[in-house]
Amino acid sequence: MKRTNKIWNPERECADREEMRRLQSKQLAAMMERLYHNVPFYRNKLKEMGIEPGDIRDVDQLKALPFTTKDDLRENYPFGLFAVPQTDVVRIHASSGTTGKPTVVGYTPRDIETWAEVVARGLVMAGVNEDDTIQVSYGYGPFTGGLGIHYGAEKVGATVIPISSGNTRKQLQFMTDFNATALACTPSYAAHLGESILKEGIPPEKVKLRTGVFGAEPWSNELRREIEKLLHITAYDIYGLSEVMGPGVSMECECQRGNHIFEDHFIPEVVDPETLEVLPDGEIGELVFTTVTKEAMPLLRYRTRDLTRLCREKCDCGRTLTRMEKCLGRTDDMLIIRGVNVFPSQVEAVLMSMSGTSPHYQLVIRREKNLDTLEVKVEIDEKNWSDSIRVLEGIRKQIEANIKSMLGITAIIKLVEPNSIQRSEGKAQRIIDLR
Amino acid sequence: MHIQQLSVFLEDRSGRLTELTRILAENDINIIALNVAETTDYGIVRMVVGRPQLAKETLEKEGFSIGLTDVACVNMADEPGSLYKILKILAEKEVNVDYMYAFSNDDVALGVIRTENIPEVTKLLEERGITLLSQHDIYQL
Repeated sequence: MKRTNKIWNPERECADREEMRRLQSKQLAAMMERLYHNVPFYRNKLKEMGIEPGDIRDVDQLKALPFTTKDDLRENYPFGLFAVPQTDVVRIHASSGTTGKPTVVGYTPRDIETWAEVVARGLVMAGVNEDDTIQVSYGYGPFTGGLGIHYGAEKVGATVIPISSGNTRKQLQFMTDFNATALACTPSYAAHLGESILKEGIPPEKVKLRTGVFGAEPWSNELRREIEKLLHITAYDIYGLSEVMGPGVSMECECQRGNHIFEDHFIPEVVDPETLEVLPDGEIGELVFTTVTKEAMPLLRYRTRDLTRLCREKCDCGRTLTRMEKCLGRTDDMLIIRGVNVFPSQVEAVLMSMSGTSPHYQLVIRREKNLDTLEVKVEIDEKNWSDSIRVLEGIRKQIEANIKSMLGITAIIKLVEPNSIQRSEGKAQRIIDLR
Repeated sequence: MHIQQLSVFLEDRSGRLTELTRILAENDINIIALNVAETTDYGIVRMVVGRPQLAKETLEKEGFSIGLTDVACVNMADEPGSLYKILKILAEKEVNVDYMYAFSNDDVALGVIRTENIPEVTKLLEERGITLLSQHDIYQL
């Protein structure tokens, strides 16, 4: 395959594996000192386990160290896990706590610099350079999406349109008037923007986009193809979570065979979510990160609840960084419908693989007579519009049959009016669980 | 000669049909014939209206899911055997009727028929002496 996109930091991104291990071992040893001396939470844990900071000298010893969970973050709300005095913290982000307290993270100037560095690597991976104009339609605020991409894009030298999320009409105006060539937002909003361009009748030549960086919610390859078709771009997956850094923990290259993890800052492991044993490469389990270079809030073996598998083979793009497969979804998003595990992204893949199905859908889960039922709301749109009940029922039954054969569950398919499912400007609300 | 029927996809939500007719009323659009086909979750409202293009644009602006469908509107004598005569012509040519609805008033009986390939079907009916209504005729009703 012909590579056209550049590599921002070849020294790190294409490092020899042994060299990377040596770097990680050195970083981990230094991190242990900081955790032991500056964070009572970790000092107590390590003391209980009889581990002294000097004991850890090799990245292979990671598996002997304690995990950190989202509950640990909540119990130490807001600043209990910070490893530096507040004078050294220059930024605080917080994730929306849909249940309970928000998750709070802090950054030192060097953390902000590291973050910009990894996002810069990611943007360059997606072909963004100093000649590009990038429209950042992620929300700016406590959410890490907007500011995270922003600093990385400035580091690359691109022109940034910090429009934040929402106000679709203005998004389209800026996109066309300022000649945006790159777009960063959630995949569901990208699809909405693409449809809005069609609906507003904006001539394709006025839209100059050629690449897009999308993340913050799990999305299927089928939705990727739909977005690429709608916006005439190549769509790249960016992965991250605020607890670890924000967007830019890993990023997809042109080969689109998994995301490269910036493991000189975030050391990945995949563990069995039940036994917590480390799994061999290639096996699916829960992704765990140790943020070895983080100063303000370094985390040891943070459990992401994201399910994926790792691959350490060198990529065709030339990078040696470990790759993670596109996430199926978070363990908390997984639905168990009558004993069958289902991720919303799998339903999305089935819908998107059928021609003429809108990328807007919603899953409603109910419990009726002790049985879980899954209802899938699918919008009728121009492509599958018909005034014949026979045709519409044919579409409905086809969706039902495809879900049954591909996911092994019976879903109730409800055809709904166009635009009746609420459009999201941030993370899409795909699931309504009424159980 | 065929006419355009207004077809509306409606979710099974209360008040939706009322809303639809309110918008038509406010825009002074006359409904000449109406038929509702329903399933448990949604329905299709098919209408012959005075100004179909205006009706479509107005309803789309209000967020309705609209299509214009070509249909044949036949003018029959209000007497036994009129409809049979027409359907026999279609059956002989193996033309399948997707759906139809009809009404009669005074001496006139009108039928709205939807099949595949409406231009050809209307041509066939006219050749066989059946009177078809044009969009212009509909305005006069």
